[in-house]
Amino acid sequence: MYSEKVMDHFTNPRNVGEIENASGVGTVGNAKCGDIMRIYLDIDEETKVIKDCKFKTFGCGAAVATSSMATELVMGKTIYEALEVTNKAVMEALDGLPPVKIHCSLLAEEAIHAALWDYAEKNGIVIDGLSKPKNDIHEGEEEEDEEY
Amino acid sequence: MNKLIYLDNAATTKLDADVFEVMKPYFIENFSNPSSVYDIAQHSKAAVEDAREQIANILGARTNEIYFTGGGSESDNWAIKGTAEAYKTKGNHIITSKLEHHAVLHTCQYLEKQGFEVTYLDVDADGKISLEELEAAIKPETILISIMFANNEIGTIQPIKEIGAIAKKHGVLFHTDAVQAFAHVPIDVQEMNIDMLSASGHKFNGPKGIGFMYIRKGVKIGSFIHGGAQERSRRAGTHNVPGIVGMAAAARLAADAMDERIKQECELRDYLIDRILTEIPYVRLNGHRTDRLPNNANFSFQFIEGESLLIMLDQRGICASSGSACTSGSLDPSHVLLAIGLPHEIAHGSLRLTLSHENTKEEMDYVVEQLKFIVDRLRSMSPLYEDFVKKNS
Repeated sequence: MYSEKVMDHFTNPRNVGEIENASGVGTVGNAKCGDIMRIYLDIDEETKVIKDCKFKTFGCGAAVATSSMATELVMGKTIYEALEVTNKAVMEALDGLPPVKIHCSLLAEEAIHAALWDYAEKNGIVIDGLSKPKNDIHEGEEEEDEEY
Repeated sequence: MNKLIYLDNAATTKLDADVFEVMKPYFIENFSNPSSVYDIAQHSKAAVEDAREQIANILGARTNEIYFTGGGSESDNWAIKGTAEAYKTKGNHIITSKLEHHAVLHTCQYLEKQGFEVTYLDVDADGKISLEELEAAIKPETILISIMFANNEIGTIQPIKEIGAIAKKHGVLFHTDAVQAFAHVPIDVQEMNIDMLSASGHKFNGPKGIGFMYIRKGVKIGSFIHGGAQERSRRAGTHNVPGIVGMAAAARLAADAMDERIKQECELRDYLIDRILTEIPYVRLNGHRTDRLPNNANFSFQFIEGESLLIMLDQRGICASSGSACTSGSLDPSHVLLAIGLPHEIAHGSLRLTLSHENTKEEMDYVVEQLKFIVDRLRSMSPLYEDFVKKNS
């Protein structure tokens, strides 16, 4: 079902975790559909280089693998270069995804964009080509998880 | 543990080795068509009729009330479409439930497009229908009640005898999809007032591609597969002799060992359920605690998603299944889990473990240990869990 690369990134995901006082955090997807991705970015104030990037994901094997790959692809890039990391780039780097899982790579791209948007907003800057992420979890959020 | 631990017996079961031996002669040595006149064909014919009698005996049915089909889905389709067709002058209303198998649900939806009216009964949090709601739903136009014996995902067993009594009282036919129940729990079609019953060979260590339908004498449904005069002209097509013989042998083995297997499987199931519920936090059992199939355990693990769970179990040699959307190829999780009232995100984290009489306590221990690790790890990666921990710290 999945390529070896997808299985590798699912089994040994890179950059899992949180960044305290991150420069930007983006969360996309919703629990209803079964996929939520959160990306943390640590960005150098001067050079605008992404010094560190972490993720947390609730979702299927492809959702975990695309998040992991997306963090690898943006690490060390400037925020402007990071914008160029498309879902297609993530998919190619993973040697492809089954057709029903392509939305996972879109979610990974949106998670990066959401984190960059958060950074831009916090710092009052405009990043050319970056628009407000539409898939942000905090918009129209579902009711809280029920406990049992 | 190096060997495979197969815990997906609701999906399919392994063919019993003794059953395979019983089937073998009917592939090559005696390949004859039971409808032919020569001598060897009489042996195939006798084998088919002997199989029919064995199955009838298990159900408390008459031999001529058992019809061989291509499997459970065909039987379900035949029962429902056949009744709709044969009884449409009496009425156009069918009652079923929201947690039926798709073979029943999609057939009912098809009939709705043909002008039939279908009532889909709600189920409670354990997955049981309400007998009061069932009786209240019956109208003069009602021709059929189709309620599954036991659910394939959460294992809940319906009050079949009571449903049969209500159907009889109102003169409505009662069909039950017993694909998960037949040869696993006792069924008596007389005592339970069942008019039609679907079953499938590969769910009880028999072969795939063979099933049967019990049709009570006097139920007037017609042919679904038209052609030759097989099965009293009600189901055409050359008999699948090895399949029929194998299914009956498997049913016989299961029926003979039923009491023992139920005891053994319930013990293992309850051991597994107890350990998981006490040793893993934020987990719930789906389905009725006691009125459930002996081999079924179904859980929802909060904050994690089912497909990830399945892949990690598979990497550790454990075969299981989930009602998560990602495993169904759609965006919605299982209709059964939604029908018992689970929110989407909880339904996504479901895990079904269905045992067999071959599983051991050691295997259950291994599964629990692996699950503890996997659930922990997936939660450590989950933004939902992160939010939950922060909110409660």
